[in-house]
Amino acid sequence: MATTTPSENWFKRMSRSSKIPPVYIFLIVVFLFTGLMDLIYSDGQMYTNPNIMLNIIVRSVALGIVAVGQTLVLIGASIDLSVAYTISITAVMSSYIMQGNNSNVPVALLGVFAIGIVIGLANGLVITKLRVNPFIATLGVGLVVKGIINATFSNYTGSVPKEFEWFGYGTLGPIPVSIIILLLVVTIGWFILARTKFGAHLYGVGGNSEVARLSGVRTDRVLIGAHVLCSVTAVLSGIFLVSLMRSGAPWVGPNGVYDLNSIATAVIGGTALSGGKGGVWGTLAGVLIFGVLATAFNQLGINPYMKNILQGVIIILAVASYTARSKKEAA
Amino acid sequence: MTVASIKTQADTSAQTGAVMEVRNICKRFPGVQACKDITLQFMPGEVHAVVGENGAGKSTLMKIMAGAYIADSGELILQGERVSFNHPQEAQFKGVSIIYQEFNLLPERTVAQNIFLGREPGKFGALDVAELNKNAVHVLKEVEADQLISPTAMCHSLSVAEQQIVEIAKAISFDSKVLIMDEPTASLTTIEVKILSDLISKLKDRGMAIVFISHRLREVFEIAEKISVLKDGELVGTVLTKDTNTSEIVHMMVGRDLDHYFPPLGSPEDFGEVVLRVKDGGNNFLKNINFELRKGEVLCVAGLQGSGRTEMAQALFGVVPFKTGTIEVYGKIRTIKTPPDAIRLQMGFVTEDRKAEGILPKQPIRDNILLTVRTLQPFLGLVHKDGIRKSRTLVPTLANKVDLRADTFDREAQYLSGGNQQKVVLSKWLSSKANIFIFDEPTRGIDVESKASIHDMIRGLTKEGIAVLMISSELPEVLGMSDRILVMRDGRIAGELPAKSSEKDIMLVATGHSEETNSKRKATVGKE
Repeated sequence: MATTTPSENWFKRMSRSSKIPPVYIFLIVVFLFTGLMDLIYSDGQMYTNPNIMLNIIVRSVALGIVAVGQTLVLIGASIDLSVAYTISITAVMSSYIMQGNNSNVPVALLGVFAIGIVIGLANGLVITKLRVNPFIATLGVGLVVKGIINATFSNYTGSVPKEFEWFGYGTLGPIPVSIIILLLVVTIGWFILARTKFGAHLYGVGGNSEVARLSGVRTDRVLIGAHVLCSVTAVLSGIFLVSLMRSGAPWVGPNGVYDLNSIATAVIGGTALSGGKGGVWGTLAGVLIFGVLATAFNQLGINPYMKNILQGVIIILAVASYTARSKKEAA
Repeated sequence: MTVASIKTQADTSAQTGAVMEVRNICKRFPGVQACKDITLQFMPGEVHAVVGENGAGKSTLMKIMAGAYIADSGELILQGERVSFNHPQEAQFKGVSIIYQEFNLLPERTVAQNIFLGREPGKFGALDVAELNKNAVHVLKEVEADQLISPTAMCHSLSVAEQQIVEIAKAISFDSKVLIMDEPTASLTTIEVKILSDLISKLKDRGMAIVFISHRLREVFEIAEKISVLKDGELVGTVLTKDTNTSEIVHMMVGRDLDHYFPPLGSPEDFGEVVLRVKDGGNNFLKNINFELRKGEVLCVAGLQGSGRTEMAQALFGVVPFKTGTIEVYGKIRTIKTPPDAIRLQMGFVTEDRKAEGILPKQPIRDNILLTVRTLQPFLGLVHKDGIRKSRTLVPTLANKVDLRADTFDREAQYLSGGNQQKVVLSKWLSSKANIFIFDEPTRGIDVESKASIHDMIRGLTKEGIAVLMISSELPEVLGMSDRILVMRDGRIAGELPAKSSEKDIMLVATGHSEETNSKRKATVGKE
């Protein structure tokens, strides 16, 4: 009765028992390959200079934070296309309220988190109560936010106080604060998914919403919760970006393509677009792959458009390898 | 005893300790009155079967009891108290739980996570993983599967039978006062049904009231003490199992007697040449498949869940083709690597999963029927022009032939009943002039009357010289329909039995017991 495939080799068994997402192998391969290119065509610093490695992670922080939120909604079989504009509105609003003044920081933070929660609630309510397809719902909410930003701000607005830049540039010992923030967010994301009832219910809603509902899960609440959490991560990303840039501009979000990139990295990390499957550690690897590519292309001084081509190829390869694998498992 | 007298008896007993009562429940959906003034009592420690044809209102009533639907009017009484459920969770908290007909497991989650979905242990929203797995082991122990199934196994890695066990474990883990089972046996084999009925009697002893819905009357008679029959949303009556028999129940269900369940078997002169011959067929799931299929016969394939029956049908039709061996169609060796290959050889495949593989639910009946005709057209053929012309004549002819009743052929196929959907699938293949038909569970989840008409239709096909290979989990159906029986086990054909074999014969071959006894016999003969 047990379905053991005879072709199952030690490698597969090991990767399954250790529970490390297979995408990390992919990350190592990408790193070794680009590092080799760097060694041949440039100064080979990718292998030797720890600062470059640190830089890879620091570059990934903004995307990494919002990708954790995106992973949550994707697991719930939803999607959030409004995160880029949530990031933008956070960046401009916080620097606008702060005006370089320390005493305004609490008000600014309270304000942007409130905005984020409202956007998340709007997404979640439109999807669950009006039963609008998540793609369309979040696209619509995103456009509304975009309109509000563009009608109000057109350029860099206000600034953050010097102390606030600590988030972007500060270090705790040798470790940049930004990396700690990223790890903290990923760990919280993992905890929510693996160690809370909300997480278990989210997998249920994404895996099969009707099964979850009939099992007694309050599916609407769970999905709304996931959308609020996602918007909150977008707000965190926005706060982090504005502390790096010192002043918020309305194009921060769309320029970073945080909507599509967060989806892409989550999917590379093994989260299913159809929901019910995935996790934040895989997403972290996906984000780091993008970080490695960005750093490597910087090092090599290659036309940045090449980066897009490679990112595209990697997304397709990663997802193709997942479907090939699940087919084998099914066999 | 008459139906009416028992009904009044049940009414008086309501005051004396029914766990749950539904009173005057009405529910209307657009275009159909699903439940009309239904009143029923459910006693502790009693299995109460609710039967009726598809669309009789059973599932609607059960969903109302479980809080998945809200009744338009009427009352739910739980232990003497009036209750109203706005969400399945509220019903669960009050002790009413339900297992549904369809698979209800999340493939990407573990056994433990599935069993306790929505009821995970832990405080303040945190999840106590250790406790979760411990509880799961406890529940699995109750169904005597703790050695077989690990609580941390992913559900997609389990076999179908193991998934069924998990589903049963989930249902009993509710520890509820009322457990509703909506066709729990629809996809179970006879042995699994036995496990389930043992469990049911265990739960009964604990004083649980069990509401059991099934199309399989034989199981209803084995398991239930009381049978309530619904027809067209109304309660026809409630009878005690010991005071009634199958034909009375069928009469109540359809409002008339079904004179026979199965059409007469084929006679030797009906059988013609061999149209399909498989030699040494094999792939990842199958080994040494050898058999012949004759014109005009119904060859049934029996076997336990997971014995390779569906895989064999899929191999024949090129869905998951044979890797070794040969297939001869009308005496010529042919390669079937894809379904179009099979369709060109005039084969038709009525799949097990009607919704996923049989019909296009959102397409009109017309397009569903013309689907295979169109696949045979040239790639850039004018589908619409041809489709319109053909559909004027072809679609009504075919629909008439299979007795498909629909007000318009432009209705989306999803709105048809299960039986009518199956007829659409059938006419789809008739349209391509298929003469070798493969049926995989043709009557699963279909009501008695439609079942009989599908059986008649299958037999009718053979009269026109069509060869039929039919897979079925229901032994009565296998015995009632087949001119010959193939029994599969572990991806092989374990034996061939003649028509009119007994259920016992089939089960012995399917479970491998007969072979053991044979080999033992041989061993003793050798010694002598």
